This record gives sequence, structure tokens and C-alpha cells, in this order.
Amino acid sequence: MKRATIKQERLRIWEGWLSVFRTIQRVVREPLGAMGLVLVVAVLISAIGADLWSTHDPNKINVRAAFASPSLEHFLGTDQLGRDIFSRVLVGGQIALKVSLVSIGAALIIGLTLGLIAGFGPKWLDNILMLLFDSVRSFPTVMFALAVVTLFGPSLTTVMVVVVVTQIPIYGRMVRSQTLALKTSEFILTERAMGAGFFRIISLHILPNVIGPLLILASMDIPFVITIEAGLSFLGMGVRPPTPSWGTILNDGYSYIYNTPWPVIAGGLPVVLTTLGFTFLGESLRDAFDPKLRKDS
Amino acid sequence: MLLYFLKRIVLGVVIVVIAVSLLYAMIHLVPGDPVKTILGPRASPEIQAQIREKMGLNDPLPLQIVKFLGNVATGDLGEDVFKRKSVNTIVFEQLPHTIYLVLAGIGWALLIGIPLGCFAAVYQNSILDRVVGILSVSCIAIPTFLVAIYSVLLFAVTLKWLPAIGAGDGSLLSYVRHLILPAFAVGLGWVGYLARLIRASMLEIMGESHVRNARAFGLKERTIVFKYVLRLAVLPTITLIGMGIGILLSSAVFVEIVFARPGIGRLIYDAVTSRNYPVVMGSVLVTTVLFVVSTTLADLINAMVDPRLRARD
Amino acid sequence: MNSKNILEIEDLNVEFSTPKGPLKALRNFNLTMSRGAIVGVVGESGCGKSTLINAIIGLLAPNASVTRGRMIFEGADLLRQSKQDLQKIRGQRISMVSQDPMTALNPILSIGDQMVDIQYRSDVSKSKKRDRSIEMLRMVGIPDPSMRFNDYPHQFSGGMRQRIAIAMALQVEPTLLIADEPTTALDATLEVQIIQRLKELQQNIGCSILFISHHLGVIAELCNYVVVMYGGEIVETGSVRDVFHRASHPYTQKLLECDPARIKEVTNTLPTIPGEVPDLVRLPTGCIFADRCQHTVQQCRDSEPELRYITPEHSARCPYSSHLVNR
Repeated sequence: MKRATIKQERLRIWEGWLSVFRTIQRVVREPLGAMGLVLVVAVLISAIGADLWSTHDPNKINVRAAFASPSLEHFLGTDQLGRDIFSRVLVGGQIALKVSLVSIGAALIIGLTLGLIAGFGPKWLDNILMLLFDSVRSFPTVMFALAVVTLFGPSLTTVMVVVVVTQIPIYGRMVRSQTLALKTSEFILTERAMGAGFFRIISLHILPNVIGPLLILASMDIPFVITIEAGLSFLGMGVRPPTPSWGTILNDGYSYIYNTPWPVIAGGLPVVLTTLGFTFLGESLRDAFDPKLRKDS
Repeated sequence: MLLYFLKRIVLGVVIVVIAVSLLYAMIHLVPGDPVKTILGPRASPEIQAQIREKMGLNDPLPLQIVKFLGNVATGDLGEDVFKRKSVNTIVFEQLPHTIYLVLAGIGWALLIGIPLGCFAAVYQNSILDRVVGILSVSCIAIPTFLVAIYSVLLFAVTLKWLPAIGAGDGSLLSYVRHLILPAFAVGLGWVGYLARLIRASMLEIMGESHVRNARAFGLKERTIVFKYVLRLAVLPTITLIGMGIGILLSSAVFVEIVFARPGIGRLIYDAVTSRNYPVVMGSVLVTTVLFVVSTTLADLINAMVDPRLRARD
Repeated sequence: MNSKNILEIEDLNVEFSTPKGPLKALRNFNLTMSRGAIVGVVGESGCGKSTLINAIIGLLAPNASVTRGRMIFEGADLLRQSKQDLQKIRGQRISMVSQDPMTALNPILSIGDQMVDIQYRSDVSKSKKRDRSIEMLRMVGIPDPSMRFNDYPHQFSGGMRQRIAIAMALQVEPTLLIADEPTTALDATLEVQIIQRLKELQQNIGCSILFISHHLGVIAELCNYVVVMYGGEIVETGSVRDVFHRASHPYTQKLLECDPARIKEVTNTLPTIPGEVPDLVRLPTGCIFADRCQHTVQQCRDSEPELRYITPEHSARCPYSSHLVNR
């Protein structure tokens, strides 16, 4: 008996990996997907190993070398205080990724919970939650950020709070609609008739159906969140100088845009590449999972 | 249908009241004394007490909120703390600039985005379609403030074709010249949204039975595409723009700051950084009202244009 | 070609290219329609009716190809016409009424607008076109047509919309009207009214009708001739009287047997034809109906049966037809 189940388990794991591999295949086949994957991997490598790849101390001031153009010494030139832009960009990438992963993670969990509550709970609670979600979702993000900054002052925490609150509705909505759809389906009704507990239903039936789309949503959300962080930092409402966020690099660079274009180019380019990379990857992932577009089934 | 709109208006008012009350409460719960901030740390306690009394800060918070809302209802938004102008005047001086910016941005996006989406749908899977697809995704992905910065870099700094700062010297021509780059920045993302929406919408409609029928009757392809399909396909655009007012306002803030343009966005930003609370309150209020009005307006336009919705009387 | 015939389809074969191979949707299709004839086409889903219609009006899917055959309409081969010429014929000489009235009309244009649009090839003034359309609406039984001319499709019921569709199709006085299951989506009383109307109009205008349906009663009521299709080919042809009273193909017989209208006793179970429609990519070597026929013998599976003529006008693709008739 046990031997059979071990074999089954191994087979299931093997099949799981195989389907992941096949999905990656499908993604790479499309030129956009391949490009997206390359960009994302590049971003991840540069961000995770920022300390490794840095050529200088990102905060080291050297006024004599200010406004230098790109060279072998400084790959992307220097800013108005002579700091090496390349190293600053790398650290900025780390911050961008940290912010996005942490905030999206938090928003996901809170959104998941709220979505489940909205789906399973009483109708009036659902209505209130949906009204909240819709209002938050359509309210101008920057206005909300300004309000939060008024409260807490500018900081990385501020940015993360703004991101979490504005992104919760996205996940909440999705989980809610899935829950509502599954709540009345045959097998759930059967399970409940058999006395299955609340948590069992959620973990065995709802969660597996929801995880996939949630992850795709999250991956498509990353570029958006990175943009928010960069934008808010650019406005001076996020990361405080001298910490190098892509936004602050852009802010510094913009003030001196008539002196040298390099800080602006260097600060903006990673944002563009990262958002394009994640967006392309996200789109082709979504297409890869769409059964209607599968030509090899 | 009238009942429906009355309900929407009431809901709108409720949203505005809640938002403003929340903001008021937040500002006055902020650690740090607004009076000290305004007057500076050197002001004597007597003057502080005087100002506090004048600003009504000694009343309990709920009463303050009610008084504020009451004032709003009569059109009094308070007074600017630093200059002695009424917030009313300041806000409504700046508002038109933002409105022009937003209209110009959406305007050019519609002019370019709809035809792109239309051609992508008609020539589905052709090279044109794929190129439009990639361009749309790229337009959506690149943040507005970057578009603004780079257009300044390219057109103002490097090529020196267009001005980078301000709203011009007052003449119409100068105003328009100064509007070009900002409107471009605001609208670029929308070109992507619109092209994708129109393409998807048209493809869906072209698969429907009535289009096949129109073909079966031998109608010219051009008639079918423009009169029978496109008109139907643009309807979701109205809803999209209505829902996207929030995004538009956010973009306006960034664009106004990058281009140092006058407008509500810049006003709020400056007011928040200088802790000019009455101005903050006034502009947030006006923005929220604007926001509610435009979503309702979008719904109204939708109902007028789509005969199917009119039937729900 | 006989000048009395408006449509002569000879040996039409249409294939669709699919990932699994070529799907032979229509095979060896022959049909002759004279002026004023009403021909019914009977068959279940997948028998090739839609392919036939699409071939005639020239709107086959991009992956379809006509591998053999001719379709002579009013002297010219439809398969050899350019796209522009076909566009001229569609909606002018050949008209169509389609299946679902609820989705057949454009929802944001008034019916008047759509009816006038179709007449774009005519040089007369717009008001003349409007009058013609209103007249046509009156003839199909739309009450108060000049008032309702500017109304939108959703303001009409299903039955009304189908009448409008018929009015649209007949206002140009086509030579051939193709009716693709026009009453399938309507209930029985509406069906009767529509068929009645159609009969009157046909007598007035004198057009020929190709009437596709799986409702045998309606075919019997309306048509002179009937073609029975199965699996992409014709299994029986003849006058309505011949085919319905002296059915000579097992499939036709089964259809008649299973028609709910013909069941004279109260029963709990309705008869059905056992089995499934054939795979049109991997065609069987013998008779297409062999798998589901009660009378199959080895010869049925070995080679494709020849067309047998019971009378010069009545033919069936089954060698045992005479035996069956005698039963």
C-alpha cells in the first residue's frame, strides 16, 4: 500500500515539474516572453547581488568628480555630488525589489483574507467591502500618498503603506469572485453536506484554485508597484536621501538636467527595463496559461 | 433612470463628505502642532492661543468637521495660511490648467489610440497588429513621470524644439506650445490602453452574428468596419476613461511638477510640503468632487449613447 | 444550362484544413433549383448545411477550400467570381435570413438605418429607399411600420425581429433566398405565422428559396423539393411527397420515425437514432451511414453506395432502397 502511494507522489511531483517546464517553454517560444524573461533575470541578478556588482560605495561623495560622463571608472557617470551612479542604480534596484515584494506580499495576504470574508460572509459585509475596494481602486494614488505623507512624513514605510492599501482591492476582488463562484459549485456543496469544516474547504478547494491567478496578478503588479515607488521617491515622498532609490536618482538628475543628461538616463533606464521586462513576462505567462491559446493540446 | 442618477449623486456626496472628514481628522491628529508649524517656534503663547481660537482648533474634533462642512456648503473653503487669499480663489485659479492638461492628454490619446486599435483588429495577426501590440504594452508599462522627464530631455534640452517649464506668457499660442509636451506625457499611456481596448472590443464584435449578417448582405467592408463595428466598439471607452480619472489626476500631479506647470496637482503638492492645511483640504475636496462628477458623467454619457441602456427606464 | 434554372451546383466538394488533417465537410453535392422553386435541406448538426450556405454566399472560413465542383448562379460560376463581384451578388441577387433573430441585427443602429443601408447599390433617392423598406415591413406584418422605422432592434420581440430579417432579405427582390433555420429559435405558434408569411411573400415576389431546417413538418408545409443530408453528403433527394411518403434511405426513414410530430401514441420515450455523427477527417470506406443503420450488410462497408433512382426525380444513396420501400 505504502509503496504505491510513494510512487504516486513521485509521479505527481514529476508531472508538476514537467508542467512548469512546459510553461516555461511556451513562454520562451514567444519573442516577447523570451525578452521579458531575460530582462527579469537580469534585474533579479543585479538587484540580489548589488553589493557584489557595485564598483564604488554608492554614498561616497567626491565633489571633484561631479557630473562625469560614463567611463570605465564610472559605468554610468557620476551625479552632482560625484557619487557613482552605477552603484547607486544597483542599490536602487534592491530597494525597488524589496519594496515590491514586501508590499505585494502584504497586500496579497490581506487581500486574500478580505476576499474570502467577502465571499463567504454575509451580503452586507460583502457590499461594504466591495464599495471600499472600488473607492480605493479608482481614487488617485498620488492624492492618497500625499495624504499619508501628511500623516507620517516621507519615508520608505510611507511608500509601502500606500502600495499595500492601494493594491489590496486587486487581490481582494479576485479572491472574492473565485470564492463566490466556487461557493455554490457541486463539490463544495457536497463537502459541506458531509460536514467539512470551513478551513478544510478553504485550504483544499479554494486556495489551490486561487493561488495560480493570484501569482500571475502579483507578477503583473510588480512593475506597477516599482513605478509607484520610483514616482513617490521622485516627488520626495518616499525614500529619504541619501538612500539611492531610482526615484531619488531621477530627482537629483532632473534638477541638473541641463548640466548632464546621464543621471536622468541612468535613473530612468532601469525603471523602463524592469517594468517592460516584468510586463512582457507577465503577459506571456498569462497567455501560456490560457487554455484557448494552447496549440499543442 | 432619473432615480438612478439621484442615487448616484447622493452616493457621490456621501463619498466626498467621508473623504474630507477623514482627511480633516488625519491632519488634526498629526503629531505636531499645526499652529506652531504655521507661526514658527518663536511665536509667543498668546499669539498661538489667538490663532488657535481663530482657526477654531479648540472645539472638539467632530464639531470642527461639521463646521468645516457647513462652510463648504456655503462655498467658503477657508483661507490660505500664508497669503491672505481665500482658498476658493486659489483652487479655482489653478483648476482650469489641470483640466486643460487632462483634456489635451486624453484628446490626443483618443485620436491616435482608436485608429491604431481599429487597424490592429482589422488586420489581425499581421505585422501591424503585432507591432501595435508591443507598442501598446510598452506605452502602458512606462510610467508617466518618466515619459515627462525623457520628453523634456529630448525635446527641450537636446533638441530645444519645445519649452520645458511653465505655462507660457499668457498668449494663446504660447500656452498651447507649453501644453504640448505635458499633454504628450499624460496621454501616452492612454494610447496603449485605448488601442488594446478597441482592438479587443472590435475582435469580439466582429465574431458576432450580426456582423456576419451584414457581410451576407454584401455591405461594403468599409461600411461594416466603421459604421457597424467601430461605433459599437468605442462604447467601452467611455467607461474606461470614467474609471481612469484617478489615474489621470495622479499623472497630472507628476506632469505638473516635472514641467513646473500651474495646476491643482502642483497646488496640492506644494501645500502638503509646506503644511498649508486649508489649501490641502480645499484642493482635496475639489479634486474628490471632480472625481465623483466625472465618473457620474461617464455613466450618463454611456446611457445616452447606447440605446440599449436607455431602455432600462 | 437550362435557362429555367437559377442555381446549378455540380459535384461540390469543400474541405477544411485542420491540425488533424483535411476535414471533408461537403462531398459530391449536386443540386438544381429552378426559378420559383422552394427546396428544403434537412439534416442534423454537422451534416454540412452551414458549409453549403457559406459556399454559396462566398463566406467560407479562411481554412476552407473548394476542391472540386461548380456553382452556376444565373449563368456565372460563383466559385470563379472575384470578391467584388460576389459582394455585388450578396444582398442583391442572393439574400439570407439567419438562425437567431436576437443576435442578427446590429444593436446600436435603428432597423430603418440597416434596411436602407442594404439598398446602397440602388441609385434611387433615400426617401424612396425608406418607403420601400416601410412597405416591406408592412408586408411582413409589422404593425405601424412608419412609426417603428426608427426603432432599435431591442425594442422588438424575437418573432418581430425575424420578420424584420425576412423583410430585409426580400426588399431587394432577390433571385434566391437562403433561409438558415429561420424558425428554430421561435416557438411553435410564431413558427406557423412566419412560414405562412414566407409562403405569401414567395408567391408575390417569385423568388426561389433554399430552406434549411431540421423541422420536418415545416419542410413538408413549405417546400416542393427536399434534400436530405448526412455527414456531408446527400443521402436522398426528391419531391416532398416522394421523400416523406416513400422514404428510400434508412436515414430518412429514421428521421421520419423520430419526428415528435409523427408519434401517434402517448409514450414515455422518444425514439432516437443510436450512435454518433461520423468523423469527417477519417471517413469510412463504405456508406457514411453504415455505423448507425439497422440494415447494414458487409457490402455497405466495403464500397460507397451508388445513387439509385427510384423515379427520375427521386434518388437515394442506398442500394436496398426498393426493399425498404416495400416494407
